[in-house]
Amino acid sequence: MQAFLKTGKISSADKPSSSGVKSVKKKPPAPWVEKYRPKTIDDIVDQTEVVQVLRECLAGGDLPHLLFYGPPGTGKTSAILAAARQLFGDITRDRVLELNASDERGIQVIRDKVKSFSQLTVSSTRPDGRPCPPYKLVILDEADSMTTAAQAALRRTMEKETRTTRFCLICNYVSRIIPPITSRCSKFRFKPLARENVIKRLRDVCEAEGVDVGDGEILHEAVDTCEGDLRRALTALQCCQRLIGKITSDGLIEVTGLVPQKLTDEYLGIKNYSELEIFVENFLMEAYSASQLLEQLSATVVNAGHLTNKQKCVISEKVAVCSYRLLDGGAEVMQLTDLGCTIIMANNDP
Amino acid sequence: MSLWVDKHRPRDLMKLDYHKDQALRLKNLVQQSDFPHLLVYGPSGAGKKTRIMCLLRELYGSGAERLRQETMHFTTPSNKKIEIMTVSSNYHIEVNPTDVGIHDRVVIMDLVKNVAQTHQIDSSGQREFKVVILNEVDDLTKDAQHALRRTMEKYVTTCRLILIANSISRVIPAIRSRCLTIRVPAPTETEIASVLHAVCKKEGLSLPSELAMRIAKCADRNLRRALLMCESCKVQQYPFTPDQKVPEPDWQIYIRDTASLALSEQSPKKLGEVRQKLYELIIHGIPPDIIFAGLLKELVRNCDMAMKCQVANHAAQFEHRMRLGNKPIFHLEAFVAKFMAIYKKFVEESLGDAF
Repeated sequence: MQAFLKTGKISSADKPSSSGVKSVKKKPPAPWVEKYRPKTIDDIVDQTEVVQVLRECLAGGDLPHLLFYGPPGTGKTSAILAAARQLFGDITRDRVLELNASDERGIQVIRDKVKSFSQLTVSSTRPDGRPCPPYKLVILDEADSMTTAAQAALRRTMEKETRTTRFCLICNYVSRIIPPITSRCSKFRFKPLARENVIKRLRDVCEAEGVDVGDGEILHEAVDTCEGDLRRALTALQCCQRLIGKITSDGLIEVTGLVPQKLTDEYLGIKNYSELEIFVENFLMEAYSASQLLEQLSATVVNAGHLTNKQKCVISEKVAVCSYRLLDGGAEVMQLTDLGCTIIMANNDP
Repeated sequence: MSLWVDKHRPRDLMKLDYHKDQALRLKNLVQQSDFPHLLVYGPSGAGKKTRIMCLLRELYGSGAERLRQETMHFTTPSNKKIEIMTVSSNYHIEVNPTDVGIHDRVVIMDLVKNVAQTHQIDSSGQREFKVVILNEVDDLTKDAQHALRRTMEKYVTTCRLILIANSISRVIPAIRSRCLTIRVPAPTETEIASVLHAVCKKEGLSLPSELAMRIAKCADRNLRRALLMCESCKVQQYPFTPDQKVPEPDWQIYIRDTASLALSEQSPKKLGEVRQKLYELIIHGIPPDIIFAGLLKELVRNCDMAMKCQVANHAAQFEHRMRLGNKPIFHLEAFVAKFMAIYKKFVEESLGDAF
């Protein structure tokens, strides 16, 4: 059991400053996202309702089955890890099984590993005699990427082993979890984080790391480029700091792989085919990502003042089609040309 | 006697010819205590591999340049034996997992595990990690990419990954967010021309600047191709003359012929001939997506705007289907047939208007 648990990411909850598999004797610098992960549920940014419910649960010592859902980077994983730490303290390692999408998680694993883990009974006292909750916790991160079959295999296990095990499922889209599972859990929605709170947290981290952010204008840009995702913003700041040595807005765009707004506007303003050919070629030679362009384009199109509603409709529909084809593996040059043609037609026919 | 491309490849980060700011940043990165996983992306011939080799040299010294080839054997869960070529030095190992098709996941997991489990014997004065270089990450299956993200976290103490891709559109976000992404844009034509001049000077040749510019134009901003073209120019005729013919890749001419065939007459008979030519291209190992792009570029040349849009739309559609299917010829042929239909209709309508 010990060996099996080691493969999970559990240990990171134990000593969040190093990322679990790293040896303790030589502490290599950890990613900021791990280093500054909230240690208690009170540290969590926003999400007041969820935190309050969790606090009640912790005080009572009992936990229902949980289902957390919400956009990425809003603190779902952090919330449950912090709660687990507060519940179990230093025996977190033995009591928590964390599986995420990168672990093998087919129906076989649910049937064998998860089932056998959840069947074990645990005592209500710690080795040193203090009391602790008499159950274990299974965290299934990114549960929406589990197959329906695997989810179905889970439902009976969840019911039968309530006495010894609590489950916490974490996902982005609650619609991809089968109804029998959702009805067994108490659901919590994680709202997108409020801007000022994100900025405050980023500023705290930068201060702790000794990074100069000036008057904080750059942090606003970081939040903009990362669409409110706290984890992405932190990673971007760290990459930028590591690569360039200071934090600049150009650097942020570079490390996040964004397409400069100028290019998006240029693409949207193309009037004829030869311009389009040149643009597409240059765009790909500069090694920007087409899927990123589509993402930014759709935001730009929706807010563009100079386009009529009809034009917006036509372009947005094509963006959707092209983006699907790109994800399926279509060639970038083809999809960009196709979309470009639609844009030209729309531009010439207001 | 090696090709100029290999002979004059820069070996030091500071000696790179362009993107000097980036080179400086990479150098700083090596000097810091923690070295992250890297994801290097850019079009082919932009200098991704050159930069990585320079980086390895910076990390490990000249030992990283003593390369050897090995064949490694793996067994898939279904007991199929697969083998794959690797290029390695004492400090790094390079592999192209897409060579084994859908079994790439096994290769990645086993290989990284193998490398990560062996520590450096004498870690004093050396880096405590080895480097695994994976080529063509954007063509990996989704399965393999998901396997990567776990491996990346798990073995972070003993090995670092350097991933190479042509575009990050097809790399899953989870991997992108775990790596430091480094964009390597293709060199501009003037940059290529100046590199050509520098190489010719080292070879003791004089290169007229008009010729250098023309080679740079023909090379599609691909430095490797430019150098190869320049070398073949030299074989053809030396001393150089400014109006010398620059040899073009055969397949480009062939694609152009194929396109003009489709434009000349629209009939089932011609379609048969086009098909022959397409087969010829595929047999010679020209990637179908390049054929597609070439065809589109040539075919739309004398169409009006509305028709261009139609053709581009169908090209995108057929290309997408080609990715999903497994026989490119059907889709290439379907595209040509569709084009012929559109074109013929257009010609007939415009003729009808004339009378």
